[in-house]
Amino acid sequence: MLRAFLSRMAQTLFVLFGISAMVFGVFFATPGMDPTARIAGRGASPQVMETIRKEYGFDRSLPVQYGIMMKKLFITRDLASYANRGEHVVPEILHAAPVTASLVCGAAVIWIATSLLAGTLAAAMKGRMIDRMIMALGMVGISIPVFWLGEVMNMLTQSRYHDRWWFAWVPPPGYIPLTQNPLGWFLSLVIPWCVLALAFTGIYSRVLRADLIALSHEDFIRTARAKGLSPSRIMLRHSLRMALIGYTALFGMDFAQLAGGGALMTEVVFGLPGVGHLTYQALSNMDLPLIMATVMYSATFVVVANALVDVLHMALDPRIRPSR
Amino acid sequence: MNTSSTQPERLDSSGPWKTALIGLARDNTARFAWLCLLLIVLSCLMAPFYAARIAHTDPFSANVAGSIMLDGQEVDLMQPNDNPLHLGLSPIGPTWHTHYLLGADSQGRDIAARLLYGGRNSLLIASASATLCLVFATLIGVVAGFMGGVVDSVLSRLMDIMWAVPVYLFAICLSIVTITTGLHLGPFTLEGNSLLVPVMIIALVYMPYAARPVRARVMSLKTAEFVTAARCLGVPRWRIVLFDILPNVSDTLVVLGPLVMAMALLTESALSFLSIGVQAPASSWGTMIQDGEGLIYTRPVVAIAPGLAIAAVVLCLNILGDSLRDHLDPRSAGREP
Repeated sequence: MLRAFLSRMAQTLFVLFGISAMVFGVFFATPGMDPTARIAGRGASPQVMETIRKEYGFDRSLPVQYGIMMKKLFITRDLASYANRGEHVVPEILHAAPVTASLVCGAAVIWIATSLLAGTLAAAMKGRMIDRMIMALGMVGISIPVFWLGEVMNMLTQSRYHDRWWFAWVPPPGYIPLTQNPLGWFLSLVIPWCVLALAFTGIYSRVLRADLIALSHEDFIRTARAKGLSPSRIMLRHSLRMALIGYTALFGMDFAQLAGGGALMTEVVFGLPGVGHLTYQALSNMDLPLIMATVMYSATFVVVANALVDVLHMALDPRIRPSR
Repeated sequence: MNTSSTQPERLDSSGPWKTALIGLARDNTARFAWLCLLLIVLSCLMAPFYAARIAHTDPFSANVAGSIMLDGQEVDLMQPNDNPLHLGLSPIGPTWHTHYLLGADSQGRDIAARLLYGGRNSLLIASASATLCLVFATLIGVVAGFMGGVVDSVLSRLMDIMWAVPVYLFAICLSIVTITTGLHLGPFTLEGNSLLVPVMIIALVYMPYAARPVRARVMSLKTAEFVTAARCLGVPRWRIVLFDILPNVSDTLVVLGPLVMAMALLTESALSFLSIGVQAPASSWGTMIQDGEGLIYTRPVVAIAPGLAIAAVVLCLNILGDSLRDHLDPRSAGREP
């Protein structure tokens, strides 16, 4: 167990190194442009350029540059954005993280609840009308571009039907901190939660249904049926429990990706100042240090979260542990 | 597939492809999806004809001061807003006539015609990047799966690393770098506003997604009996890869094709919406949604129409991918009655 854990950690470290090298390479080692100009942004003076060249060591070799960049990102945390008046990048990201966390956690609760219900129901009613309807709806949910759905929901809730009672409660787009006004926080996030959760509800209920149906041919389910257990008991106590192993693995990956900035489109459309929105603003200012920092942080987060999920799985499910 | 199927005594020798095609032809949903997709592609190909002969507009030039004839009356393209003070102008809504069928956008251009032109770019980028992605994925998957050893572990780790970065963030990284300066790799130069930029970015971003199943398939084929037999007969490795492995990977690729294309279309529209995908003056469904964002409260149709088009195409592609999997994969639940 310990050895498996250690080897997983070593693997994680390797992947982290790989990602940081890749992102660094994309930004600062692509041929064609001076990286100093990239950091400085548009219309920087020669003095500023010279300072940056010294500060980031762009007159030295690539490994040294990489080392300086990593130090600035993770150890001294003083990577500054020149496009945005020298503001420090890392605190900005940490400040935006709670917004993203609120959005993603709420959406996750919604999509877990709905997909468990829909997937189990569809598997239990396999081949019937309800099953087909749930699966068709799931497919439609997967196919809708999330940013477009957000725009349309904004239009419906903010303008078209805002004077009707069913959407009158929706506050103007933006984020209200939980500590300031819990009810406002909840109300302002309900629509973004539902929009973000829709596609995942579709994916997860389809995956869960497929897993449950595949399991129904397994020996232990046949045994349970032969033993005379009721279909609902077999479904809930035996099949669903088994299917949840794959489901949680999928969930861990998607959740980490979203929390690491994958919810960018939803944040942009609803004006939520999270990590993804920060990246979007950096895009319009051409603020490369900020973009690089968000990507690096999100990738780190994703990798570490995946490793944690794996370790948790190893602890929970003895079959996943590598045999000695 | 590699056993000879021309033996005279096997009359019902239906290969997996034939079985799959028969199944697909019987699948009503899949037939409907094919039909819809065909209609959309054909109408997008007809875009110049529609603009010149039916709508009589130029969908690429601003026409803010223009007016059109509706039921014998001359109507301005830009109309006063509906608000009490009549402040500001908003473009004309859907006329449901041949001129400006779906109304005009903020620059007085015909949305219906732009929708068809934008669809050409969107569909072109999606299909080109899906093809490119599958070609690279096959290359990597076959090399990694067949060579094994160090090559395999290096390539697999590389795929792991690429897949750990959230897809949209990775795509943003790549496009911000290429759009600002273009790409210069030796003799090969790519301008920042070329359509090839989003194609290459999307292909690269989804490569790990497609390469993994290909690699897994090649790994299992490598130990299959007919490959061992070929090796024992002294068939060179390149012949084994070309004539034994690749034909058997093709069904995986056929199933992945529509799914990757659906994801590519969604990613392209998202990147264009963030204005780092297709660059002006070219347009796509994503840039059209971005154009309509400012008008979403007054003229929602400007943004809704291209979004519906994206959703329709992605839905058709997902249905096709699903039914292809059901009919090509003998283990899948779709084979059961």
